[in-house]
Amino acid sequence: MKRHSDSALGIALSEAGISRRDFLGFCATLAAAYALPASSVGAIAAALEKAPRTAVIWLSFQECTGCTESLTRSHTPSIEGLILEQLSLDYHHTLQAASGEPAERARAESMRANAGKYLLVVDGSVPLGNPGYSTIAGVSNVDMLMETAKGAAAVIAVGTCAAYGGLPAAQPNPTGAVPVSHLIKDKPVINVPGCPPIPVVITGLLAHFLTFGTLPELDERGRPKIFYGESIHDRCYRRTFYDQGKFAESFDDEGARKGWCLFRLGCKGPVTYNACATTKWNNGVSFPIQSGHGCLGCSEPDFWDVGSFYKALSMPVTPVGKAAVGAAAAGVAVGAAVALANRAKKAAAKAVHQTVKVEDLEKKP
Amino acid sequence: MESARGVRRPRHEQEAGAPQGGDATARDCRRRPTTRWLLRPGRRAREQERPAAARPRRRAQGAGGLNAFKQVIDAPVASFFASCVHCGLCAETCLFYTETGDPQYTPIHKLEPLRRTWQQEYTLLGRLARLVGLAKPVTDAELEAWSPLVYDSCTMCGRCSMVCPVGNDITMMIRKMREGMAAAGHAPEGLVTATQRSIQSGSPAGVKWVTVQAQIKRMQKQFGISIPVNQENADYLVLMSSWEILNYPEYLGAVGRIFNKAGATWTLSEHAYEATNSGMQIGASDLARELVGRIVKAAEDLKVKCVISPECGHAYTAIRWEGPNLMGRRFGFEVKHILEVLDDLSRTGRLKLKGSIDKPVTYHDPCQISRRGGVHQQPRTLLRQFAPQFREMTDSGVMNWCCGGGGGVSANERAEPLRIISFKRKKAQIEELGISTVVTSCANCRVVIEEALEHYHMDVELLGLTELVAEHLAED
Amino acid sequence: MTGLELLIWARGPGLVLAVSLCIFGVILRFIEILALGRKADLAPPRQSSAGSGWRTIATRSLPPPGMLRRAPLTYLGGYVFHIGMAIAVFFFVPHIELFRGLFGLRWPGLPNSLVDIAALAAIVALLALLIGRMVDPVKRLLTGAGDWLAWALTFAPLVTGYAAFHHLFGNYTLTLALHILSVELLLVLLPFTKLFHAFSLFLARWYNGDIAGRKGVAT
Repeated sequence: MKRHSDSALGIALSEAGISRRDFLGFCATLAAAYALPASSVGAIAAALEKAPRTAVIWLSFQECTGCTESLTRSHTPSIEGLILEQLSLDYHHTLQAASGEPAERARAESMRANAGKYLLVVDGSVPLGNPGYSTIAGVSNVDMLMETAKGAAAVIAVGTCAAYGGLPAAQPNPTGAVPVSHLIKDKPVINVPGCPPIPVVITGLLAHFLTFGTLPELDERGRPKIFYGESIHDRCYRRTFYDQGKFAESFDDEGARKGWCLFRLGCKGPVTYNACATTKWNNGVSFPIQSGHGCLGCSEPDFWDVGSFYKALSMPVTPVGKAAVGAAAAGVAVGAAVALANRAKKAAAKAVHQTVKVEDLEKKP
Repeated sequence: MESARGVRRPRHEQEAGAPQGGDATARDCRRRPTTRWLLRPGRRAREQERPAAARPRRRAQGAGGLNAFKQVIDAPVASFFASCVHCGLCAETCLFYTETGDPQYTPIHKLEPLRRTWQQEYTLLGRLARLVGLAKPVTDAELEAWSPLVYDSCTMCGRCSMVCPVGNDITMMIRKMREGMAAAGHAPEGLVTATQRSIQSGSPAGVKWVTVQAQIKRMQKQFGISIPVNQENADYLVLMSSWEILNYPEYLGAVGRIFNKAGATWTLSEHAYEATNSGMQIGASDLARELVGRIVKAAEDLKVKCVISPECGHAYTAIRWEGPNLMGRRFGFEVKHILEVLDDLSRTGRLKLKGSIDKPVTYHDPCQISRRGGVHQQPRTLLRQFAPQFREMTDSGVMNWCCGGGGGVSANERAEPLRIISFKRKKAQIEELGISTVVTSCANCRVVIEEALEHYHMDVELLGLTELVAEHLAED
Repeated sequence: MTGLELLIWARGPGLVLAVSLCIFGVILRFIEILALGRKADLAPPRQSSAGSGWRTIATRSLPPPGMLRRAPLTYLGGYVFHIGMAIAVFFFVPHIELFRGLFGLRWPGLPNSLVDIAALAAIVALLALLIGRMVDPVKRLLTGAGDWLAWALTFAPLVTGYAAFHHLFGNYTLTLALHILSVELLLVLLPFTKLFHAFSLFLARWYNGDIAGRKGVAT
């Protein structure tokens, strides 16, 4: 892995043939995303150009490498990709050339050299069930996380697994997987959920850190508000069909061809907070709903466990049939018991009935 | 009584026979001072009864009341109480509420002790609440407090049962609640006395067979007809109410003339001439059964085909609808209201009417005959044959407003002030039409309305439909 | 517990529990009522009463002549509330999907704008009825804790549903979860409050119609 710790972003951009206009456009996008005044575009550009390389240690635990794939593959050679290059990615066992002891040494060196300043990026969840479930160089995930997090300026939990436990934590969670935030309590943990997360969300986050030296405003779940503040549904271009009551009933019907709302086909857009509908994927080409498939809600906790992807959001998650039959049987049983008691009571009342005679009608003193 | 009979005339007869006017003297002539006690026989009768202390105590009466509640609650009652949403619409149908604006007269509220009994005795949650002391049992004091609501401010007219949006037959529940109230000794004095008299002397007004005989003689003489008595195998056994025997004997004359004309065989019975049933009104089925039983026995002994309920609302309900259920068996004879019989005769051509009343008339539907009895087309079919200017009141037929004196209220002196107030509804109905001739087919309605007309100084004549039909018999 | 976790519970175990308890309660109440029995009426009916009970089930939904004028708030409020709620419950597409999930039945939905109006109308009507209940002496006399509870149980799903639809309270997921939970609370308590009239009304009207029908009176 190359080390560019002395070069600045401006030089790299020029080398890559990115024009000043393109760069300022990116800065303007960021400014808009963070809701900063237009005058700040220049400041962002200047800050980014001067920003020294920040050391990044990237730990991959119980994950599928999808998050890394998302970041590296889909954005080369975009501006976001170059931003990535501006980082000193000191440790990333998928991307780094070194392996074995040299690789671990690189991590240790970076931790020492950049103590208190480096960023720790984690993808994947951490198994607590048995330390042997997932190890790197003989070190359990939890130990490595705790050790590496100690000197980090901040921890960025990338992807739904790191942010919420994700698929490894899906029921019945055999490895006892937990998210990063479950373990790191003494420093900021920024969650960037998504399976995978949108690349620009990560680069935007990093750009903010590089520009201002701080983290953007986070919501109660530790997510950057600007990217996770609104639901897919609210930003969806098919929303108007939802409001008109026009729904695709199957993936190949007339409604599907006309691009109607996919709610009935299980779209989880209404309860999924992410920027897919606005930033889109593959350089703004498309996003799942645009390609004709409902949102899976991959950036929400437990999205794997909340019922079929193809069941409408309002449908029951768990079948009620058996319980309903049981309840009906119980209703019949208890009802019969009450009925018998009632009938006995009524029969008893009749049994003690004394024929009313005229003299009974008068009120007794 | 004789003097009363002397001045008692259906008003149309008075008009025909004597100069009729709105002057005070003419009005006074129509007063029936001796009939007032009939409406409220309580005090006078009580003086004649044994002193209460001499009567043996048979049981704790409050418990008897609740025990009766437990007996009468059935699936319909449970479904009614379970369905009530407390919308209050029943109040708007009840003349005791509409004419007083007093919310305590809301029909469903009158059933509160019965409802609580249902809830505590017959629902799972109520039973549990009772078990853990969350629900207070119904007390005898409560029943006593409810007595005026159940007896004075409900004529069991059934209007609320027609309107309740969830379909509650509140009237039917009042009838059931009275079972407990009567058993607990919380029925009003007037009704108690009427019931005692019915059981002991055969009539709530204490009318004896000799009185009937006197009226038979009078009618035979007046109309030149023969009135058969105790005749077996007749088509019809004719009953009368005390009011008819005492105040409107012309009913008997009318029936005789009509049947003679129609060629129907009929009879009175020495053993069952009284159609009314105070036992039902007070809510004592055991006593109501005894009273109905007398009629059933007479009808079966005489082997008649049909028993005719007179122009009396609750008598019809008692014999026609409650009778077989009280006796626990179907009857071997039919039970019909006189208007049904007249309508049948008219349909089959045996009853031909002629002439016409040359003034607008309207018809007051007696609740138990129209709404609770289903006889609401027949009076109109009959009336239209000789009353071309017949006009309906607003809210007529099965939605008519009660006179205010049904369901035993007229026999309940405690209820009198309220009854007079509640008549304002009928008054408004009549005044709205601007009509001064009202026809009805219930002697109790007639007595109640006439008294109220006097109270409000209204110059309105009130006619019995059967008598009117007899007046318009075609000669050949 | 986050909004989504609450939502998942509401859509999963919560729904199973609520539907089960509702079914349990409804069956229990029906048996409890019907087992009290009804003596056969020995009085020969004037006419066959077959059908009169069913007829009353239908006709009792309309105000008898003159009543609308006497109690306009109760009738109009009642209509607007019941119809508005029925439209919102049965013709909002996500709700239809719920019924499809529960019973396997489906039917066409209505555009959201119509459902929105219906729900708002139902909310306004319920508020009007509440005020009516607080003001009208008859209703005040009849009203007890159960009535306030029933009102709240009915109002909560409407208002949370409306809020969720319009994103009124910020977090949509949480509002949606509260909406579903409020419906579940309604389902659980329905059989044991006056809200059971939604079921028992059919019995009550049938009995009323049958009793009167035997006497030749159409109610």
